[in-house]
Amino acid sequence: METTVALLNGFSVALEPSKLMFCLIGVFLGTAVGVLPGIGPALTVALLLPVTFKLDPAGSLIMFAGIYYGGMYGGSTTAILLNAPGESASLATALEGSKMAKAGRGGPALATAAIGSFVAGLIATFGLAFLAPWLVEVAIKFGPWDYFALMIVAFVTVSATFGDSPLRGLTSLFLGITLGLVGIDKLTGQARLTFGVPELLNGVEVTTLAVGLFAVGEALYVASKRFRDPEEIIPIKGSLWMSKEDWKRSWAPWLRGTAFGFPIGALPAGGAEVPTFLSYSTERKLCKYPEEFGKGAIEGVAGPEAANNASAAGTLVPLLTLGLPTSATAAIMLAGFQQYGLNPGPLLFAEKPDLVWGLIASLFIANVMLVILNLPLIGLWVKLLAVPQPWLYAGILVFATMGTLAVNPSPVELGMLFLFGYLGYLMRRYDYPVAPMVVGLILGPMAEAQLRRALQISLGDPMILLENPISATLLGLAFVALVAPFVMKGLNRFKAAED
Amino acid sequence: MTNEKLARGADRPALIVGVLLLALAGIVYYDASKQTITSNYGLGPTAMPYVACIGLVLLGLAHLFVAFRDGLPRPEAADKSALLWIIGGLIGLIACIAAGGGFVVAITILFACTARGFGRRALLADVAIGFVLGLVIFLVFAKLLTLLLPAGPLEHLFI
Repeated sequence: METTVALLNGFSVALEPSKLMFCLIGVFLGTAVGVLPGIGPALTVALLLPVTFKLDPAGSLIMFAGIYYGGMYGGSTTAILLNAPGESASLATALEGSKMAKAGRGGPALATAAIGSFVAGLIATFGLAFLAPWLVEVAIKFGPWDYFALMIVAFVTVSATFGDSPLRGLTSLFLGITLGLVGIDKLTGQARLTFGVPELLNGVEVTTLAVGLFAVGEALYVASKRFRDPEEIIPIKGSLWMSKEDWKRSWAPWLRGTAFGFPIGALPAGGAEVPTFLSYSTERKLCKYPEEFGKGAIEGVAGPEAANNASAAGTLVPLLTLGLPTSATAAIMLAGFQQYGLNPGPLLFAEKPDLVWGLIASLFIANVMLVILNLPLIGLWVKLLAVPQPWLYAGILVFATMGTLAVNPSPVELGMLFLFGYLGYLMRRYDYPVAPMVVGLILGPMAEAQLRRALQISLGDPMILLENPISATLLGLAFVALVAPFVMKGLNRFKAAED
Repeated sequence: MTNEKLARGADRPALIVGVLLLALAGIVYYDASKQTITSNYGLGPTAMPYVACIGLVLLGLAHLFVAFRDGLPRPEAADKSALLWIIGGLIGLIACIAAGGGFVVAITILFACTARGFGRRALLADVAIGFVLGLVIFLVFAKLLTLLLPAGPLEHLFI
């Protein structure tokens, strides 16, 4: 009941004309940038963060929500029409979607993705609205040791469980944690790893790292292998709309995708890759026409796309209630909050209910706007896909520079952007995941602060981490998640040797 | 190829990453050992650097180990000239901002060089596009968002 009232209050904030306008601009910009090939939602949010710099917090967070959902939607368009997923969560969509587009069914593929995202987004946002207050109640009782343990879980799952190699994932994470040390220590004022450079005293900006790794790194990487895989846009032929048969085959995958996406997204382990692939393989098993899979089955677009969107709303649960980002996009959203001196967590719900619930309400509105806007505007997005590659990447670099200069107009900051870009290129080249580094930079200092707070309370006794049931359980989980891939790998090798 | 010869015993990229990680750990350790402020109770500001240092050492050693096993994934050959154009453009951008040349000129350099790196041959046209793009962005930021991007002689004509 309380939740309903809070949510209605939120709507009264989000439905103000100016807020609707911000939401609309966000949705539009998010889709436009997200459609560009190679740009996933994380990069979309990072690139557009400076645009919201001078707005009031409520307005810009609402715009943010629009950018987030718009970027997700744009990403699926690219995956379907270009077979170039901007992030791993759209991989499953690209599998069947691009086949459908090649078979002249690009319209229905886009439509089922859009409507599926809408359905999933709506249900998952309801889930968020009703789960969040409950989790806030739990989170209020969390001590610093519990937060520290949660962050360790996030560290491990982001870097060790996903990606091809735990070693490379952990390397990326530790580079991020090391970067997080740079600057003045908040508790004592000790300068760390600054080497006398005054610009480094404030630490490394999350947006600089994210834009460098994602945008500049991606541009360099694509340029380095320019002649090898020319991308081809598949023109949309035939009707845009879904037939009755398409509807009949889509609705159940949408719901199942949502059921996978939201809970997994809401876990601190998070991530959108697992639910999308779970949904893909489930649909493949349940489909009445299994022979169509691999040739363009609509279930294979409807399910994963719904799972993707639902998990995106799911990652907002730990982000808003605990201040814990579990994906690169969420990490950058957190940077967006911090830009206004806001710290997501139980306190934010108590202190700024208008803001939090306005944001949640605007997620609903963004969802509705997307489905109304995007199907008619699909022609425009397809034109954006046709921007010649040289201009596209030149434009992306211009945008990246602009964002960095808007936040901090100094050559040192630009130099860091460039260095991170080159590092991002090398990491892509040797198959190191870049997301753990961003998560490490943002969570590293938070974990340090919580650990030090915990040990101050316990007068320096580290056993406090293991004496509390919640933190002990979480640390145990983290340990299992860290060790499991290595053990499993050993098992695989054993099996392979047996064969 | 000399590269092949070296690669026979160990995977060179993995060796390099391993050594760089150990070097980074050394820097972190050195910086932490030079710190003067300590905390009276609980953990001081040096604790976390030492944790990061231990992690980096372990990962560095693991890379050295991996270098003699599977190594890192082998990348395809890179298009060096494309990379050089874009890196050149980025360095030109930083130099231009550092020298006070202003945002518009810097963006022009970056845009034209990147487009050239991606294979366009119409350098003059790209210079013109980059210039207009830079100017529009500068004016939008200055007038609409009231945020002043780095201004040089050219920008001062407009504000």
